[in-house]
Amino acid sequence: MIVVRQKPVEEICSMVARHRNVLLVGCNTCAAVALAGGEKEVDTLIELLKLTMRRKGETTEFSGCVLQRQCEPEFIEHLDDRVYDAILSLGCGAGVALLSESADKPVYPALDTLFIGASQGFASWRAECSACGKCVLGQTAGICPVTRCAKGILNGPCGGVNNGQCELGDRPCAWVEIYDRLETLERPEDFKEIIQPKDNSVKTTYNKLDLSGEGGAR
Amino acid sequence: MSLRDAFESGRFVVTSEVGPPKGTDVAEMLETAELLRGRVDALNVTDNQAAVMRLCTLAACVHLVNAGHEPVYQVTCRDRNRLAIQSDILGAASFGIANVLALTGDHVVVGDHPEAKAVFDLESVQLLEVIETLTKGTDFAGKELHGTPELYVGAVVTPDAVPVKPQLAKFEKKIEAGARYFQTQAVYDPESFKSFMELARHFDVKVLAGIVVLRSARMASFMNRNIPGITVPDALIAELEASEDPTRTGIEIAARFINDVRDVCDGVHIMAVGAEHLVPEVLEAAGLAQEVSA
Ligand code: SF4
Ligand code: SF4
Repeated sequence: MIVVRQKPVEEICSMVARHRNVLLVGCNTCAAVALAGGEKEVDTLIELLKLTMRRKGETTEFSGCVLQRQCEPEFIEHLDDRVYDAILSLGCGAGVALLSESADKPVYPALDTLFIGASQGFASWRAECSACGKCVLGQTAGICPVTRCAKGILNGPCGGVNNGQCELGDRPCAWVEIYDRLETLERPEDFKEIIQPKDNSVKTTYNKLDLSGEGGAR
Repeated sequence: MSLRDAFESGRFVVTSEVGPPKGTDVAEMLETAELLRGRVDALNVTDNQAAVMRLCTLAACVHLVNAGHEPVYQVTCRDRNRLAIQSDILGAASFGIANVLALTGDHVVVGDHPEAKAVFDLESVQLLEVIETLTKGTDFAGKELHGTPELYVGAVVTPDAVPVKPQLAKFEKKIEAGARYFQTQAVYDPESFKSFMELARHFDVKVLAGIVVLRSARMASFMNRNIPGITVPDALIAELEASEDPTRTGIEIAARFINDVRDVCDGVHIMAVGAEHLVPEVLEAAGLAQEVSA
């Protein structure tokens, strides 16, 4: 899923301050699961914004709704935003982008989009993939070195590894984990193969994916 | 004599390092180099060491070559992509810089521009492959070079890393990728270093033991706590603590270590970290002063 986090209220206020009537739009898929874009979060943010703006002497009004998915046109088609002069999206960057495309008014992000991640238990996620466009997980026992090694190293731990922890001190060393798991899987020889530098050109090739017909990128 | 020739002559090799200044004044760097002239076989020039921005390594190497020194051009992958790195290495070779040390580099977040974009388009193993490709007359995209660099290529290894197994497996990858010699992270326990050398001796590579001269018990404890892959044994810390002249004791510790390992490795790399004036004293205490300048 896409993991997101709400921006500081002050930052949100400064974006919407010049508007009269703002519609908050949640997203019931990733952002809701990430506890940042569901119904509850929309309601809470409305209350918070009202309070903050009132304290500043501003009269901006806020209302809210939640879409099933902001990153798909069929879900935003029926959004009725006529009475509002701005939209505040509680979706990921893709949601904000698609809303902006169809709305005839400014759309602001209430969230910061952080990473593609997986759940680590209640209210906790870890970055697992950076969408590099050429997956190497088959050689690295399912642990992404691009994402989970602080330096994106593809061929083993740097000299900074510290008792199995990354030299940055904020995570386990991805390469120690990869090495250990390859040993558990009885495939230590996989470590020996030198992984070539990433083909970064795929990042430009895949600025879109269209499987609908001719010119489809397959 | 070039670093390669020094290794090939079979004698015990000594290298040290200098750091480029933050700014354009290279006088102090050249003074430090002067202090080490004739005493060491080569001088490493660090590359924005610890991710702290400084005068560029290539320019510093050129200053050293012009002054008649033998520099080792340290190249990290933190600040430049594969285009920039290749063109810098060609540039270095065009100035007669013959030694390159391939490193991944410290992360930008530990340095003085923590908000910079960390590049890491390559890392040490891949960088070694890229350099090997250049020395064979083509660039990494397979295009022929007009003038092929001749380079003697080194890498680093941390024999006391915890855990050590993946580190040693990577050491082998670096050899496969073209490293001809290694300098190690600072090591203090001769026995543990000897067991590393037993593994290293299975390969056709030269190894320089890394030496950081201890100047106090406090410095030793600090390194144990803060520098991954360095373990100063308690006995040495106690020795420094009991000493009335800890700097002298640190020099003796370094000299003793050198003599303990001189039969198992090919030389030493002395990282003076701001105390280059101690390097000649260490060499003297280890009985190496004569040999190197000969
Ligand atoms: S290698 Fe990592 S970043 Fe690339 S696709 Fe696979 S999981 Fe994602
Ligand atoms: S310590 Fe491990 S995770 Fe951290 S940068 Fe080095 S190799 Fe990557």
